[in-house]
Amino acid sequence: MTRVVITGMGVVAPNGVGLEAFNEAIKLGTSGVTYHDNLKAANFSCCIGGIPQVSEEKKLEYLTPLQLRGFNSSGILYGCMAGMDAWKDAGFEIDPDSDLDYECGCIFGTGTSGVEKFREAIYKVDAGEVKRMGSTVVLQTMASGISAYLGGILGLGNQVTTNSSACTTGTEAILMGFERIKNGHAKRMLVGSCSDDGPYIWGGFDAMRVMTYKHNDSPQKGSRPMSVSASGFVPGSGAGAMVLESLESAIERGACIYAEVLGGHVNSGGQRNGGTLTAPNPEAVQRCITSAIENSGIEAKTIDAINGHLTATSKDSLEIENWTKALGRTGADFPYINSLKSMVGHCLAAAGSIESVATVLQLKEQFVFPNINCEDVHPEILELIADEKIPKQLLKKELTIAAKASFGFGDVNACIIFKKYN
Amino acid sequence: MKNEELIAKMKAIVQPYVQDEGAFNELSEETTFVGDLKINSANLVDIILDVEDEFDIRIDNEEMEQMLSVKAAMAIVNSKIAT
Repeated sequence: MTRVVITGMGVVAPNGVGLEAFNEAIKLGTSGVTYHDNLKAANFSCCIGGIPQVSEEKKLEYLTPLQLRGFNSSGILYGCMAGMDAWKDAGFEIDPDSDLDYECGCIFGTGTSGVEKFREAIYKVDAGEVKRMGSTVVLQTMASGISAYLGGILGLGNQVTTNSSACTTGTEAILMGFERIKNGHAKRMLVGSCSDDGPYIWGGFDAMRVMTYKHNDSPQKGSRPMSVSASGFVPGSGAGAMVLESLESAIERGACIYAEVLGGHVNSGGQRNGGTLTAPNPEAVQRCITSAIENSGIEAKTIDAINGHLTATSKDSLEIENWTKALGRTGADFPYINSLKSMVGHCLAAAGSIESVATVLQLKEQFVFPNINCEDVHPEILELIADEKIPKQLLKKELTIAAKASFGFGDVNACIIFKKYN
Repeated sequence: MKNEELIAKMKAIVQPYVQDEGAFNELSEETTFVGDLKINSANLVDIILDVEDEFDIRIDNEEMEQMLSVKAAMAIVNSKIAT
């Protein structure tokens, strides 16, 4: 049976652009959440958010001046940066004249693509100026814009597509690439996801009152997963990417291996049994986790760490309860658990991939990153698991197996199991 | 407008889209956008927009279809700014 490993990673996160900066930031517990005047000006209740810091010079390291002409899609920018970084990290070159590689593909997800560009286009159309929109509106606003950009930049000849499943998108993309390699349809898959930032992508969530409005004066304290004082999520953005590869191909190339993808599962709660468009069906969440464990050929007791979905809404306690039931582990027997969202906010479609990069870094370098803003753990959570299992400081620990799960609007779930590679 | 002046303006407009620097350096009236300069055909509409902005004119679909070379583009621009 084909084994699948991770041989390259890239990340563009609010608290660190590039793998090295991100690795350092998550160990230190650095927040990337800041206050944004444009949200205030648009009368947002929540005026804070996580936006990666990318200079104009930095953009030119990835895209040509021609590609950047009329370019106004932050998600595609972040996705290209993370994807190209992962590709180079895996030991491949980026050359516009490279041979087409039919064994390499790309599954790169997003929620909404190029919302700022879409806004520009709508203004033109409404003004009767459809002829003056330029040639790149479609490319920047089609959902598969990001995979189209990456497929061409890297010269990929296998499946090149975009998946979309709300906040599970990134985790799902990794599992889809994993399955494609496992099934023998490709040797290598660039997988990941990206999300735009700003008022047009975040506005709908603000309207739902699911983002916190209590921390406009203290942005870095705003994202508080598992905390009793959690008051809604903080929006984020960015991209995460991984090169997945058959173990055979990785060994043949002498590639550096970050970790192995053992398996996982994707399902839906069907908006039944308590599940709705916005809330998860607990039974389906538990089933997703147990199926992922089964698919990976491991036992629940061997999981050392969990990177949760844990958004800092009232659903965090329910998520912990679902984990305890699915694993059959509670109290001090529960694995370590953390939420990257405490540092970067909820990066929406990009969340699963950025958080998976963090999870794999933990396995590679043997640590558990700290949960920030969690000094006051919710009492409902402490009834289920021991406080020590929610690290507030960086922990140096021997980790073998880590689980990552994401849950999204539409009552969709994804859970993936990573293993340290020896 | 003098031909040299017009060519210089056209050169500045197409430069960002050019994929063949050699052909660009030897740009003349006979140069074609896609064939010689290797400009991505999708970018021809962007060049039209830049020409429209530069000369404050509007170019219709039929004229756009003709604008495949520097010479053709200059002829259309000249006819617009003359009227």
